[in-house]
Amino acid sequence: MKKTYKIDVDCANCANLMEEAARKTEGVKDCAVSFMTLKMKVEFDEGADVDAVMKNVRANCKKVEDDCEIYL
Amino acid sequence: MNEKQKKLLTRIIVAAVFFIPLYLISEGIIRVDMPKWMLFALFLIPYLTVGYDILRKAFLGIRNGKVFDENFLMTVATIGAIALGEYGEGVAVMLLYQVGELFQSYAVGKSRKNISELMDIRPDYANIEGEGGALERVDPDDVAIGTIIVVQPGEKVPIDGIVVDGASALNTSALTGESKPREVDVDDSVLSGSINMSGVLKIRTTAEFGESTASKILDLVENAASNKSKSEDFIAKFARVYTPFVCYAALALALVPPLFIMLTGVGMANYASVGAIWRDWLLRACTFLVISCPCAVVISIPLSFFAGIGGASKQGILIKGSNYLETLSRVTTVAFDKTGTITKGNFEVTAVHNGPLDETMLAEQEAKLLEYAALAECHSSHPISLSLRKAYNGAIDAARVTDLQEISGHGIVCRVDGTDVAVGNEKLMNRLGIPFHRCHHVGTIIHMAVGGEYAGHIVISDELKAHSREAIAELKKAGVERTVMLTGDAEAVAKQVAADVGLTDYRAEMLPQDKVACVEALLKECPEGRKLAFVGDGINDAPVLSRADIGIAMGALGSDAAIEAADIVLMDDDPLKIPKAIRISRKCLGIVRQNIIFSLVVKAVCLILGALGYANMWVAIVADVGVMILAVLNAIRCLFVKKL
Repeated sequence: MKKTYKIDVDCANCANLMEEAARKTEGVKDCAVSFMTLKMKVEFDEGADVDAVMKNVRANCKKVEDDCEIYL
Repeated sequence: MNEKQKKLLTRIIVAAVFFIPLYLISEGIIRVDMPKWMLFALFLIPYLTVGYDILRKAFLGIRNGKVFDENFLMTVATIGAIALGEYGEGVAVMLLYQVGELFQSYAVGKSRKNISELMDIRPDYANIEGEGGALERVDPDDVAIGTIIVVQPGEKVPIDGIVVDGASALNTSALTGESKPREVDVDDSVLSGSINMSGVLKIRTTAEFGESTASKILDLVENAASNKSKSEDFIAKFARVYTPFVCYAALALALVPPLFIMLTGVGMANYASVGAIWRDWLLRACTFLVISCPCAVVISIPLSFFAGIGGASKQGILIKGSNYLETLSRVTTVAFDKTGTITKGNFEVTAVHNGPLDETMLAEQEAKLLEYAALAECHSSHPISLSLRKAYNGAIDAARVTDLQEISGHGIVCRVDGTDVAVGNEKLMNRLGIPFHRCHHVGTIIHMAVGGEYAGHIVISDELKAHSREAIAELKKAGVERTVMLTGDAEAVAKQVAADVGLTDYRAEMLPQDKVACVEALLKECPEGRKLAFVGDGINDAPVLSRADIGIAMGALGSDAAIEAADIVLMDDDPLKIPKAIRISRKCLGIVRQNIIFSLVVKAVCLILGALGYANMWVAIVADVGVMILAVLNAIRCLFVKKL
């Protein structure tokens, strides 16, 4: 399953870091962050609990870029 | 400017107001006697004002095990400078870094907004007629299929539908890039995103808002940004290695040369004391750190692609990802479908020749042939079938047709009123073992057999599109070496069309599955690093579209299957858009390359000058911010593709 989230982040490199962090989160199959459209597209693993996974994704992203936000 | 940016601007101004007099004092331009600790304390005011969030982020980064980010680098560089007594430089670097951040955030925000606005063809509201005929504005999301909506002059059509009342001219340029208005009348279908120019239209909606053309196009373009190009991946990977590399290099710069000088004594004469050696090389290391932020390069690449995709979409060329833009720029072979791509696909029956039947009843026989042909083709949506039905021009009773069997690439076999009828090309006649007459006309020849006997043939011809020849010539100019047409049509027709428009090659009499095999063969013949594009109308060439390096669907507005299968969608069916798309991609990739090379060269030069001690921190930070500004401005040039 794929879902798109609105995000907020200040710099392009931070967007890349967020993408990397999200990809490493358990339950996430793939992720693409577009700095230009401020969107995060997440593909979840089969049967993953989307809400729980996204909470972790958000926490992991906050770790790499304190200023970022994912609107769940 | 948003709240965050305003806050940062205020901090920069406040810090600058404090910083400038302090700097003049520290440089001795203004003579004020104060102890060094006091100067230090005063410098801390602008430093903390402008840089507190960087320090905080650097601290959080260390705590989270993410050491090498630009916040950490800036913190180490500036604290290093201050610790070495270079208060002015340390604070200036932090100040200028923040100026760069502010500019970047502002410029990116601005261009993001501009491009989004440019692409925003999605209307905000729909008018429905309330009680008493008064118009009511509603959220287009709430409009059900089949509702009558009213579009006034100057308004955007919010939802796809069919005109039930009124006539008007529509400006479809947001969808197709075509500036000529389109006249619509009752029963014409209209697409959302077009602008009503003259009369009031009442429209019965045929789709939901989310499924309407405007919404779909916008989704497609917005999603394009997540299909990343190789350049973007390259830069992301580069950024991951670059920063740590510069950090270790800085560390080495701070330790190795001073130790070398002290141990060997070489160059010792240049320094007053051992302390001076350490101080000099530590400062150089700090300069290194300042240059290590990869943001200028990282931002300009996606921005270029985004601007290129935005500019192209304004011209009626939808590109589904930066990766496709990148591949398109390397295309040197273009394969075309014939019908609907090079030719109009409006077939007309130009002649009906009957077989060995009674000469005296010629006209009647011809009419009979057409009737059988039209009946046999009654279920097909192929342009040829449509033209046969059009030429027959009578009511078609599908119940008269039984046992219908469509043989792909051959034709149709069925029974009409109990009589066997076969309608198709030469291959079909061969397959059925029916001797036939070759026709001397050039065109698509439909042979017919009635009751197992050859009955005659119908000649159908197609017209070239107005711009086909010009488009092929422009493709050649744009460096496309090979243009190949693939068609199911007869050799003679293919040869003539290919010669007329100036194609380098053609393949005739192909079955749909042959086209895939042929594209695969062409792919193999492509030189290393060069790409093949296939252009089709998307109706029955979806497999070929997806097999080619780049699938381009033409005139695909409203055809979901084509939009799905293609990588690039041309909103109208003008073949001139193909060379245009290629030129846009080349310009965009050119700018990407310029930005990558330019920023990397400047960084490399700064690193070398910094290491040699020729560039101080001032130079480093100004170069860094300057490169970013230029790269961002250059990236925005991708947006201007109208005159290409």
